[in-house]
Amino acid sequence: MFDLLVILIPALPLVAVLLNGLLGNRFSHDAAHRLACGSVGLSFLSAILVFAQTLRTGVVREVMVYRWIFGGDLTVNLAFLIDPLTCIMLLVVTGVGFLIHLYSIGYMHGEEGFTRFFTYMNLFMVSMLLLVMGNNYLVLFIGWEGVGLCSYLLIGYYYGRVSAAKAATKAFVVNRIGDAGFLLAIFLVFVNFNTLDYTQVFAQAGQLSTSMATAITLCLLIGAVGKSAQIPLYTWLPDAMEGPTPVSALIHAATMVTAGVYMVVRNHVLYDMAPVAMTTVAWVGGGTALFAATIGLVQTDIKRVLAYSTVSQLGYMFLACGIGAYTAAIFHLMTHAFFKALLFLSAGSVIHALAGEQDIRKMGGLRRKIPWTHGLFLVGTLAIAGIFPLAGFWSKDEIMAHAFTHGYYVLYVMAAIGAFLTAFYMFRLTYLTFYGQSRVDHHVAEHIHESPGIMIGPLVVLAVLSVVGGFPGVPPESGWFHHFLHPVAAAAGEEPAHGAGVGLLTMLMVIATLIALLGWGLAHYLYSVRPDAAQQWAARAPQVYTTLLNKYYVDEFYDLVVVEPTKRLGLLWDWFDRSVIDALVLGVGRMTQSGSALSTAFEKYVIYGLINVLGYGNHRAARSWRKLQTGKVHHYAAIIVAGLFILVHLILVWWTGSSGVGVALK
Amino acid sequence: MLEELTFGFPILSLLLFLPLMGAMVLWLLEEDDLIKNAALAVSGAELILALVVLLRFLPDSAAMQFSERLPWIPPLGISYHLAVDGISVLFVGLTAFLTVLVVLYSWDTVRHQIKAYFMALLALETTIIGIFVSIDLILFFVFWELMLIPSYFLIKLWGSGVERQYAALKYVLYTLMGSVFMLVGIVLLNLNYHAWAVTHHVEPTYTFDFLQLLTVPIPHDKQVLIFWLIFLGLAFKAPIVPFHTWLPDVLMEGPIGMAVVLAGIKLGTYGFMRFSLPLLPEASKSQGVMKVMMVLALAAIVYGAIVAFIQPDLRRLLAFSSISHLGFVVLGVFALNFQGLQGSLLTMINLGFSTTGLFFLAGFLYTRRHSTHLSAFGGIAKQVPLLATYFLIIGLASIGLPGTNGFVGEFLILLGAFKAHWIYGAVGVSGVILGAAYLLWYYERAMFGPLGQGLGHALADLRARELVIAVSLSVMIFWIGLYPSPFLRIMNGSVQALVERLERGTVAAGTGEQTPVLAHRAHQNVLGGRAQ
Repeated sequence: MFDLLVILIPALPLVAVLLNGLLGNRFSHDAAHRLACGSVGLSFLSAILVFAQTLRTGVVREVMVYRWIFGGDLTVNLAFLIDPLTCIMLLVVTGVGFLIHLYSIGYMHGEEGFTRFFTYMNLFMVSMLLLVMGNNYLVLFIGWEGVGLCSYLLIGYYYGRVSAAKAATKAFVVNRIGDAGFLLAIFLVFVNFNTLDYTQVFAQAGQLSTSMATAITLCLLIGAVGKSAQIPLYTWLPDAMEGPTPVSALIHAATMVTAGVYMVVRNHVLYDMAPVAMTTVAWVGGGTALFAATIGLVQTDIKRVLAYSTVSQLGYMFLACGIGAYTAAIFHLMTHAFFKALLFLSAGSVIHALAGEQDIRKMGGLRRKIPWTHGLFLVGTLAIAGIFPLAGFWSKDEIMAHAFTHGYYVLYVMAAIGAFLTAFYMFRLTYLTFYGQSRVDHHVAEHIHESPGIMIGPLVVLAVLSVVGGFPGVPPESGWFHHFLHPVAAAAGEEPAHGAGVGLLTMLMVIATLIALLGWGLAHYLYSVRPDAAQQWAARAPQVYTTLLNKYYVDEFYDLVVVEPTKRLGLLWDWFDRSVIDALVLGVGRMTQSGSALSTAFEKYVIYGLINVLGYGNHRAARSWRKLQTGKVHHYAAIIVAGLFILVHLILVWWTGSSGVGVALK
Repeated sequence: MLEELTFGFPILSLLLFLPLMGAMVLWLLEEDDLIKNAALAVSGAELILALVVLLRFLPDSAAMQFSERLPWIPPLGISYHLAVDGISVLFVGLTAFLTVLVVLYSWDTVRHQIKAYFMALLALETTIIGIFVSIDLILFFVFWELMLIPSYFLIKLWGSGVERQYAALKYVLYTLMGSVFMLVGIVLLNLNYHAWAVTHHVEPTYTFDFLQLLTVPIPHDKQVLIFWLIFLGLAFKAPIVPFHTWLPDVLMEGPIGMAVVLAGIKLGTYGFMRFSLPLLPEASKSQGVMKVMMVLALAAIVYGAIVAFIQPDLRRLLAFSSISHLGFVVLGVFALNFQGLQGSLLTMINLGFSTTGLFFLAGFLYTRRHSTHLSAFGGIAKQVPLLATYFLIIGLASIGLPGTNGFVGEFLILLGAFKAHWIYGAVGVSGVILGAAYLLWYYERAMFGPLGQGLGHALADLRARELVIAVSLSVMIFWIGLYPSPFLRIMNGSVQALVERLERGTVAAGTGEQTPVLAHRAHQNVLGGRAQ
């Protein structure tokens, strides 16, 4: 029964994918979305039951489905692992996923390709569930690339737009770079442990040398950095905002991008053995948290601000992993899923109300026109800014407190600055969108409307979760959440309750709150009290402003050093390939005329010479290959055959002479 | 051995000559529709026969199955010896499967000399099946060469490009040139056997039979020489960089049907697994040979992918993509371990579904625009959603996305290569990134974005016959990707035997017993296989 429930979790959305994918064009929109949402809803129910069972018995279960790849010393099963970590991920993925599916019914209403949208969304659910449920690296990898595919499909949903098509390709390829690193990690794991099952790998982890553990975990990190949009592979995520807003909420905020964090926590046994890798994770995380926040300060697209805030928040989770606060990382993953989904979806509600407008310079004063959306967005903002006692406060504070109490002061300061910036740009976003004078287009302004209940309903649930979602983790480091996850996510030798004094922790909480309030205050001053001040500040440091606005020119830099050289190399090699053929076709004479560079010499002496050596002798006598088919075929064929005959003869003579069987030949 | 599988019925001979007999029947027919239907019937019957062989085939066995052996030229030790094992049997099925699809594809895309076209196609099928079922090396070589005749005419007469004559001749000359060296290698194997047989008083003293050749030791330096001779034959056919320059031309200029056969049926790399490795194990695993092969493989992967990256023409892109994929196959073969060999074998089969699928799609595009160049497309996904969808599915298989067949093969190859030396795996992985880049970039520009300029009239989406091709390929892609078990079981026994053969080498085989390694395992596994 339990096994069946476990299998049903990914199987239900899969059935929906097949039905909608194969027969979708015959379904009505209602049938399509009922199937899609219903399957995810049932999947969520199954997840709850599985979670309840695990909570009650505390037993870690493995569920085998079938033998997938096997032969020699390798056996990979399609099998699932159900432990507390998986349970939390299951609840987040199916729960938030279900709400976003419901919301999509309203948001995507009347869109072209409605059924296609839900098919992709369900396929995403399947992939994400495989990712978090797999009991070995390869099943995780199916999900890992599967979510990348769905992300590709959904970013490119409006494929008629060039920017969407480009963003989709970019997302897939950048993710693939990470995936390649992840593959290398898998190979290293197999070479060292001769298995890919987590339980066996972690049980034998002790025999691993530190350098090998470092190699494995750094390769894993490459994968995580790609999927979770960390420095240096974060560039695809802001572009991914080309997809419909529910996609941004589900994939590019709440679930898929957290896969890297999940994976690191899942492998924490290996990370614990590799201090160098841990330090790298922490600094990548801390650096990204701060870096992305600075870009978020000046962006003008409502979704892009949220995208950079996602990159930044994921940085906090990596930072937590890097300092060994795995539970805190998962805790922040969960609360972030709530409030970021809320923010994205209410941003979607704004966009919906404004008929597709995403530029915050063309918003403003929407508070009264769409009060529900305003209220919900505000809750999300308060939560992400870390205002007491909302969800984001508890999880972010825990990460920062852990950094401080464990002596990572520099990282703490980075995180604190990041928190300040986060509060600032999120309230900036709120003020620019909902307060002040309306800057909305007249035509659009006439049609501003609050979103329908099917969209607001899920938002209310998410808002409630954003408010109370932090309480399972209270008190910090010894809440229910920590005890539940302790068996799978505790760093080696760590106890759930930490020794730091209550006084210190309280002080840190106060500081965190003050930082958030400071950010809020500054935003209030700049965008509410003195609306012109922001522009003055920007004008005072134009270079800083443009650099931030252009995202530090990182995309341009990558284009310059990676994409363009690859294209150039391709062109060069293609020319090389063709000119060899040309040389063969048109003869040496023309080749030596047309090219004088080194490359020509290379063609002539290496490639052409090789062909020459292989039997096409006498090419100097050949005016052109083309002649072969215009009358001189016999002539050349005769030369070739004669040459080969001599060659064969020489080989045979050598052979028989040296092996002593010449007699036998006679 | 194992004739009892078909109660003594020579099923492989039937399989071998059915298409040729069909071609002769076609000769007698006059009406075009009748010819097409007859061709479809013949290739269909062939596919059914191939399926019978696959179903009756004992999995998890290294045995040569369905053997048929008759003397042909006894004084020289040449025999008509047919059999299949886990390495070759899947190719037989693949060839039969693809021929049916090519017949379907050609149905209304070939417009002139229809009778001759289908005759040539069926004759080609016979020669390719011959390559896979031949155990005698001369027999193998005969089919290897005979294949060129129908190929030549198919490219020359039904090619789509203006340079098709040149391409046809180039293909034939390149392959012929390599073949001569291969023939020398084969003769040297025979001579080596002869020398051994004479000193050990074994009859007969001449043989070209693969299984008998396995029983004698071959000195190391001779092995290396023979290896490189055979290598040339295989490298031109495969093709392996830098012997590849005929491929883009033939795939561009030739008909799609021929492109499917040449890109989908990996004869060259099959030859390495079938003959080079088991006959020349010491040479294959010697550092010199292995390193050169691995470097060639990695060069092909990167070179092919990067050149493919900038191609604006789909067929040329696919040609270089094929070269890149062949690099993967060679990488796996010369990793010389279980995963590498298994992955390569599976990948060769996989490419028969994915690369050919992409060529079919190129053909579908060609039918609509008389071009596969990007300039003829752009934003057509809206007009041809089905075509775009199958393009993506098959493209993702080619990229090696988990859940498709491509992943299973590519993963095993890279794992095997990584086990051989981490650097091979690490460089090979770059192909995974580049593969995604070149294919998706083309896809983006051809399918996405606004409708291209000057593309006024609407394109028709996939027609019924085209849909049959796309769907059947997709089914295979997901089957192997999600549940590869039947395929892996078919190949595992033979791959294991090959690994053991590589470990023991030929020296251990010089005891005079007949096929000690293979026969032993075969017997063991037949019993085991029956029990399951």
